[in-house]
Amino acid sequence: MIREFGFIDFMYLLAAARWTVALSGVAFLGGGLVGLLVALMRVTPLAPVRWLATIYVQAVQGTPLLAWLFLFYFGLPLVGLVVNPWIAAATAFAIYAGAFLGDIWRGALAAIPRTQWEAGASLGLSFLDQLRYIIMPQAVRIAIPPTVGFLVQLIKNTSLAAAIGFVELTREAQITNASTFRPMTVFVIVAAIYFAMCFPLTQWSRYLEQRLHVAR
Amino acid sequence: MGYRFNFRDVFAQQDFLLEGLVLTLQLSFVAMALGLLVGVTGAALRLYGPRPVRAVVATYVEAIRNTPLLVQLFLVFFGLPSLGIRLDATTASIIALTVNLGAYATEIVRAGLQAIPRAQIEAGVSLGLSRLQVFRYIVLMPALRVMYPALASQFILLMLATSVVSQISAPDLFHTASIIQSRTFRDFEVYIVVAALYLALALAFRLAFAGLYQVAFARR
Repeated sequence: MIREFGFIDFMYLLAAARWTVALSGVAFLGGGLVGLLVALMRVTPLAPVRWLATIYVQAVQGTPLLAWLFLFYFGLPLVGLVVNPWIAAATAFAIYAGAFLGDIWRGALAAIPRTQWEAGASLGLSFLDQLRYIIMPQAVRIAIPPTVGFLVQLIKNTSLAAAIGFVELTREAQITNASTFRPMTVFVIVAAIYFAMCFPLTQWSRYLEQRLHVAR
Repeated sequence: MGYRFNFRDVFAQQDFLLEGLVLTLQLSFVAMALGLLVGVTGAALRLYGPRPVRAVVATYVEAIRNTPLLVQLFLVFFGLPSLGIRLDATTASIIALTVNLGAYATEIVRAGLQAIPRAQIEAGVSLGLSRLQVFRYIVLMPALRVMYPALASQFILLMLATSVVSQISAPDLFHTASIIQSRTFRDFEVYIVVAALYLALALAFRLAFAGLYQVAFARR
């Protein structure tokens, strides 16, 4: 049944945006944990651990996110879990975000001069203490602008979860479009909602980046 | 877990996979060429164009970079017909991918051009180089060298992102997966094979870009 696109449809779209935010949040948390592990694995003195993390990052960065979504959507039932877009999407996004965040944070850790590690070692600090008290506080400052930048990518990419039937902003747009048949109106509004979420973050990332360069 | 993997049914559809792979490559190459063209034009207009044109380019770049490719694709494929412009899925895909890549390429090329200090150009002129020589040796080659790594990784990201065109049923590699899935009911195996093919493509692209860099820049 085709009906007119009205204010209520706009409100539905706006309401669906909360699931975009929720999925982005879950993906960022899950990806952050994986990413932290990956970044740490890539700076450990143990070569095989570093290789493992590198292979993981390369594999994820060399495959489409859509493939991970479908793999978990169809793969989880094979290990006995019920098909649930939330679980499939959250897992796929954690894997995806983990690889990118891991790479960004490894870069931040690698940007700290070797001599800082050595200074820590010469004070008798263990590897973990050097990391915690000397390297991390400096690396975090470098890591924040690109991390915020990646958050923008993440929010935009949650739109792909629509493909496995996760009802977030883009999926809601498809549903609204199917019943009102106003594709131009619907997708322009949806694009504007994404823009409203992403643009402030983009600007913030830029501001942080500039401030970092001034500080140096 | 009692699941028995069966890849034979999937590999039996290899002709089909190959067709999808070819379209994915075609989409990637066409979008790269057109996107780079848009990027160079956009960067030139953004830096040297009249003020209102600069603002238009800046708006284009921000609008594209802060909205999802999937929504842009839906706008082109579902939105344009309501304005009387009817496109088939492949054409709509090429337009959306080009417009998307063009925005990122504009930023990358702009950063590359801006990385050349004015003093370098002045030094070139004072050495008696012609305008063309200054542009070629002092602006273009070093700028290309600066932007090359960023462009290469953006191109690889684009190749992977072409998979979203499956959502408007353009018959690319990812879309063939859903067709093979409906023929063989081997969901998981299909997506493993397709993911592996994308990974192989991404590695091949990376190697090709690294090789090209050696040829173009290393011996200078």
